[in-house]
Amino acid sequence: MCLGVPGKVIELKENHRAIVDVNGNRAEISVRLTPDVKPGQYVLIHAGFAMEIMDESAAQETMQYLLEVLRYAELQ
Amino acid sequence: MQNYSNVLLNAIKSVTQNISLMEVCGTHTMAIARSGIRELLPSNIKLLSGPGCPVCVTSQGDIDAVIEMVRLNDIILLTFGDMMRVPGTRSSLQEERSRGADIRIVYSPLDALRVARENPEREVVFLGIGFETTTPAVAATLEEAREERLSNFSVFSLHKLVPPALEIIFSDPEIQVDGLICPGHVSAVTGIQPYETLAAKYGKPCVVTGFETVDILEGIFMLVNQLQKSQARAEIQYRRVVRADGNQVALDSINRVFEAVPVRWRGLGMIPYSGLRLRPEYSDMDARLRFNIPELEEIPIKGCACGAVLTGKILPTDCALFGQACTPLKPVGPCMVSHEGSCAAYYRYIPGREGTK
Repeated sequence: MCLGVPGKVIELKENHRAIVDVNGNRAEISVRLTPDVKPGQYVLIHAGFAMEIMDESAAQETMQYLLEVLRYAELQ
Repeated sequence: MQNYSNVLLNAIKSVTQNISLMEVCGTHTMAIARSGIRELLPSNIKLLSGPGCPVCVTSQGDIDAVIEMVRLNDIILLTFGDMMRVPGTRSSLQEERSRGADIRIVYSPLDALRVARENPEREVVFLGIGFETTTPAVAATLEEAREERLSNFSVFSLHKLVPPALEIIFSDPEIQVDGLICPGHVSAVTGIQPYETLAAKYGKPCVVTGFETVDILEGIFMLVNQLQKSQARAEIQYRRVVRADGNQVALDSINRVFEAVPVRWRGLGMIPYSGLRLRPEYSDMDARLRFNIPELEEIPIKGCACGAVLTGKILPTDCALFGQACTPLKPVGPCMVSHEGSCAAYYRYIPGREGTK
């Protein structure tokens, strides 16, 4: 039920609407819950609304951090 | 990424202590079943499913009340598809539709708003169900309806809050959970604060986790890592989506439209301040009030163990009905109906399910 799909914001329209690209398909969603979003950014879409603006670089940071933790454990 | 998954899996496998982790999100239930992670983990690390599917935790009385509303009123009911086949005491929405009720499946509450605009002479009701992920979408839709002064639109709210249910899970001595795989998208709205409170109060680590196989392995590793060091903190694995303070715009929208009230959960009973009702300012759009639908009594389904499954007390395969009297084609309880229910996930993905009991 809480499934979310990532989509790229193509165009912002009036009344909090935006056109997004989801895997090559265009859809209209509401960006009322992410008012700061800009075209080109990726958002997580759930039930026709952008729920959050996505930040891929944060995932890389987590991975690097955990690899550090593991390396440290091996040294001990 | 394959290599990184293996690194994580090997690190998890090197742990020797017995650990039970619970996920409380139907999307995790499905992702874990589909990925086969449960089978990859050593026997000392158990993954339990908790009350993470909003359809499954809806009480029988609430499902009966919705069916009652559809029977007694000439309305258009819009619902997410998951609710159609959920059996009430005597009927389901699907059965009501086949008898002529105007029930339509939508993907977004905004679709319901469009139906209301296009049918000004009809009463249009959206069946609001879901946790903090979905509630802001419904709250924002209600705010939009108010701005437009739409007078034929209302919402029947079955919305629930996740943290009060987690509180029940952690405080029940019969439920053995060492750490929590916290829901990714609910937490995108709530942020990490509710888990900080829980982790500190019950001394159990909580990690907000994403839905890819590598996310789940990372989340499990972060939990196991904390448990080995006897830590109990709230952390975020799913950082590409979840921020520590959540989505304040979404939280504000929920708070403007809804207020918390005690509601009954299937399997967990009445939980204080765990349900969301429309605030008095929005009461004219509260379908329960508009159509005068009473609270209905809870009539349990005979032989159905969904309640025990939802709290991780038993596995779906431990239910006497599983795979025999209760299958996705002919479900008895909601955990087999919703494709995110634990029973449906086990039935679909766990090998050797038929006739193995």
